[in-house]
Amino acid sequence: MAELKKWNEIPIGGIITEPGTARKYRTGDWRVKRPIYDRSKCIDCMMCWFYCPDQAIMQENSVMKGINYFYCKGCGICANVCPKSAIEMRPETEFAHKEE
Amino acid sequence: MTKVHKEAITGAQAAAYAMKQIEPDVVAAYPITPQTPIVEYFAKYVADGVVKTEMVPVESEHSAMSAVVGAAAAGARAMTATSANGLALMHEIVYITASMRLPVVMPVVNRALSGPINIHCDHSDTMAERDSGWIQLFCEDAQEVYDLTLMAVRLAEHEQVRLPVMVNQDGFIISHGVEPVELLPDEVAKKFVGELKPLYPLLDTEHPVTYGPLDLYDYYFEHKRQQIEAMKNVFKVFPSIAEEFYNITGRRYNFVEPYKMEDAQYVMVALGSTNGTIKYVVDQLREEGKKVGLLKIWMFRPFPKAEIQRLLTGRKAVVVLDRSASFGAEAPLYEAIKSSLYEVASKPLLGSFVYGLGGRDINPELVRFAFEKAMKHELVVDQELYLGLRE
Repeated sequence: MAELKKWNEIPIGGIITEPGTARKYRTGDWRVKRPIYDRSKCIDCMMCWFYCPDQAIMQENSVMKGINYFYCKGCGICANVCPKSAIEMRPETEFAHKEE
Repeated sequence: MTKVHKEAITGAQAAAYAMKQIEPDVVAAYPITPQTPIVEYFAKYVADGVVKTEMVPVESEHSAMSAVVGAAAAGARAMTATSANGLALMHEIVYITASMRLPVVMPVVNRALSGPINIHCDHSDTMAERDSGWIQLFCEDAQEVYDLTLMAVRLAEHEQVRLPVMVNQDGFIISHGVEPVELLPDEVAKKFVGELKPLYPLLDTEHPVTYGPLDLYDYYFEHKRQQIEAMKNVFKVFPSIAEEFYNITGRRYNFVEPYKMEDAQYVMVALGSTNGTIKYVVDQLREEGKKVGLLKIWMFRPFPKAEIQRLLTGRKAVVVLDRSASFGAEAPLYEAIKSSLYEVASKPLLGSFVYGLGGRDINPELVRFAFEKAMKHELVVDQELYLGLRE
């Protein structure tokens, strides 16, 4: 979770006083299950990349490079479509006190 | 003291006259009985060029409040007025106005909420907005409509408050009844109200802001906490505005008005125009040597709990009159008074009377009946009684 401000430290009425703040919004904070990627099983078929609704699969030159947890909401579609079971969905509670 | 002139006008005219002197930048208008004359009178000021206000005739009250929210967010001083089902149709945007902390002032002409269809006075419309985050003021007569509308602007726009205000007047009884009202000269009223200092105006293109963004569980609670704090600040801010108004007019306002309360053992509590009738009955009973008094509530939200505790502790009995019912629970004013008295050292006997729904008449005999019930100690704390109902 990002550092959150107290009630008396933010502008009133939910007003946002600077532009481009959506970039700072960690939609990954909504995640209940976390996809864990096993490179040794991956065949770079890119099915996960095609299906991910949050563009949270990182790739470079058609090579799978892991998962962007800043945006990944944990929907599990990637794990579901992976033909080699290279992605496993694990409860977020397992990582509660660990750095990503 | 300022030189004043007195005019025989209705409560609706009093509200419109105050609006003329406030001269908001934008007024959205949709007519609904019994509020219609307010926006009609104001439309005439606009048509005659007396005010430079941008008048926006809209297609519903939902749009009226939406237009006001847009204008207020842009940095304009914006107003509208409504009644009953119109207020209910605004409901969604009524919450948004308060949540966006827009200092809108709205005269509300209280009327029964359907159904069955009824256009006459009761407080069920405004009670439905009790928890919307608006400050709610109640007027006894047209004079108070004029005075409190002017003060409401100062209160709404105060930097420690920034909350919208409803100025309630009883439908037809105040809105259409003619009374003498002392009016300030335009320049004095304008000076009192002052200029709006917009906070985060959308029209300030040098400092662009976003209004109404998504606000989930990570910050929504904090924004609600800010609203709670702003409501608390009303208790600090309003007395100084009322004091300033007193210095100009000689008319003193507070959260509540105690009437013949000093040695009163039996006290009635009410909102709105009925307080005039109660004062009349208090005078009569006083002549008969009965120790009765009245606690008139000017401010219902925020609820002036400390004042009420101070004024009601140690009395023999307190009778609360409500012009609205809460189905399956206690009537709203009674509930608030009863809750306030939970902590006092010496609790009075409490009684709840619901009266006047849908414009049902309240008269001195009925008020006297309620007082007599109290004086005979025939009140039961959990028993809701009714005045003027056939039973």
